[in-house]
Amino acid sequence: MKIHEYQAKELLRGFGVAVPRGRVITQAAEAAAAARELGGRAVVKAQIHAGGRGQGGGVKLAATPEQAAELAGKILGMQLVTHQTGPEGRLVRQVLIEETASIARELYLGIVLDRVAARPVFMASAAGGMEIEEVAAKSPEAILKEAFDPDAGLQPYQARKLAFGLGLPAAALAPAVKIMTSLARAFVALDCTLAEINPLILTADNQVVALDAKINLDDNALYRHPELKALRDLNEEAPLEVEASQYGLNYIKLDGNVACMVNGAGLAMATMDIIQYAGGSPANFLDVGGGASSEQVRHAFEILLKDPAVKAVLINIFGGILRCDTLASGVVEAARAVQLNLPLVIRMEGTNVEQGRKILADSGLKIIVAEGMKDAAEKVVAAAHTA
Amino acid sequence: MSILVDRNTRLCVQGITGREGSFHARMCREYGTQVVAGVTPGKGGTTHEGVPVFDTVAQAVEATGANTTVIFVPPPFAADAILEAVAAALPLIVCITEGIPALDMSRAWRTVRTSASRLIGPNCPGIITPGQCKIGIMPGHIHKPGRVGIVSRSGTLTYEAVHQLTQLGIGQSTAIGIGGDPIIGTTHRDAIEMFNRDADTDAIVMIGEIGGTAEEEAAEYIRQRVKKPVVGFIAGQTAPPGRRMGHAGAIISGGKGTAAEKMAAMRAAGIHVCVSPAEMGETLKRYVH
Repeated sequence: MKIHEYQAKELLRGFGVAVPRGRVITQAAEAAAAARELGGRAVVKAQIHAGGRGQGGGVKLAATPEQAAELAGKILGMQLVTHQTGPEGRLVRQVLIEETASIARELYLGIVLDRVAARPVFMASAAGGMEIEEVAAKSPEAILKEAFDPDAGLQPYQARKLAFGLGLPAAALAPAVKIMTSLARAFVALDCTLAEINPLILTADNQVVALDAKINLDDNALYRHPELKALRDLNEEAPLEVEASQYGLNYIKLDGNVACMVNGAGLAMATMDIIQYAGGSPANFLDVGGGASSEQVRHAFEILLKDPAVKAVLINIFGGILRCDTLASGVVEAARAVQLNLPLVIRMEGTNVEQGRKILADSGLKIIVAEGMKDAAEKVVAAAHTA
Repeated sequence: MSILVDRNTRLCVQGITGREGSFHARMCREYGTQVVAGVTPGKGGTTHEGVPVFDTVAQAVEATGANTTVIFVPPPFAADAILEAVAAALPLIVCITEGIPALDMSRAWRTVRTSASRLIGPNCPGIITPGQCKIGIMPGHIHKPGRVGIVSRSGTLTYEAVHQLTQLGIGQSTAIGIGGDPIIGTTHRDAIEMFNRDADTDAIVMIGEIGGTAEEEAAEYIRQRVKKPVVGFIAGQTAPPGRRMGHAGAIISGGKGTAAEKMAAMRAAGIHVCVSPAEMGETLKRYVH
């Protein structure tokens, strides 16, 4: 789960990470007062779940409270386009009004889970403000790394090693160690999958401050953090994806016109791949899971059809736990309910496949039955072209 | 003629009285697996569908001689179930549970790796040696005894590969689903090392997906050590970056873990990489038979 910058900063402040003072607002009229509280000068920052906000025009410096109000008025309500939002951009509903800082240096700190070491790994780089991916691609040696045990935490000697590696002055050592060990504690305590401060700034008087913050939370661990669940912002998620998640379905919208419904993540990805291989373009990823009920199948089907770009539907099910007769009943029910008029190709294999095929044949619906994945992909792509 | 499990496997089922555990314990037994014990804390001394239930794994092992365990425990308790199985010194632990918090696995992984136990999974379909022993949730009837080893991060895609092979009359020595999570007990490389040593495995099908670098590491091992033919497929060639595709571990992050990189590394290692998932069986047939 992703959260906003201002939420991440509030959480990190609770762990002892120094963050600028600020206030989040939803109305431009509140901006001047917020800036005045901070001394007049302020930064106005769009709050959306995407990086690259500055380049997209979503982060501006205001010299006066009046200017803050003017900038907030421009940014609130804009469709902010960044390299992570896609061309349609994202509507800005909240801005963070924050105090300015004197920047001597910009650095990068981040923690992710290292899959090979099976431990969190702390990364630090002197190239703050740049995307870490860019640094990793251009000069991987510029990223310093320290893996740590989740229970023991990042040790002070590891933090010192990173701080010296970044070339921080001796006077900044103690605050740097504090911010690093605090970030590591937050990563573990909050069950993060990513915790990032970019940039971390070194001020002229040798303080270190988190000028930006990004936290992604482990969905699988949210059950033990009810307070963090409340930070979810449904406005930041595609409406169909939100609807799918309510039914325990895993749906991701893509740009193509061939909708697909599959059981299992690997087979679902492979189905997208074979649609493309057959000359088509997948409209979505949809994994109905191993043990879907016929009701879930019906919801899944309805969600697929809500995407106006869809020209044809492919259902590819390898029945293990999910039995083919359950699937067939769900599909027939849904196709009737929505009065389906798009071509539907079904490929089924596995448990109770004969009963499933019989349900489809007896339904009177115009269903194109396919044998194998290749046949299914070719049939659905052909149907999408003629539809 | 297999790796890790065969007709001598004596299976304990952790979470046997739950809905999933109960159903799949029955399915495994019907396939021919010796299901000798179940564990549900607080239900020790009872029997569940004829299987004796114990309070602890250690008791189950002592009373029944179980040498393998399969875990169907809900995610909040699954890492603990793994650690309990390690403490009982079970040589093989298969964890089916999906949705275990990543840091729980990080903590458990260390203990597993420094023990003599092997963990398969979590978030996996399990392991099957056709005709002998099925541990997990895969449909048994699609398999056929034979000499091709299969290793995959995905459940249903493994079934797809098995089905394609069986349709062509090609049987399997053992099929392992290693799981779709970022932290797993047995990697592609681990499984391929075992298949490489197994005298009854002649060829290997390796199925990967986007995210991480496990396929690249396995490819490097194959390049150096494996003479047996290997057929490969990577799911997610059309997956957008930055989105988690169902599996917790299936994500292209920071431009890393793409299907293209993995396929290139596999080709460079001499693996016969299929672009289409429909061609796994045919490709293997072409190079082996």
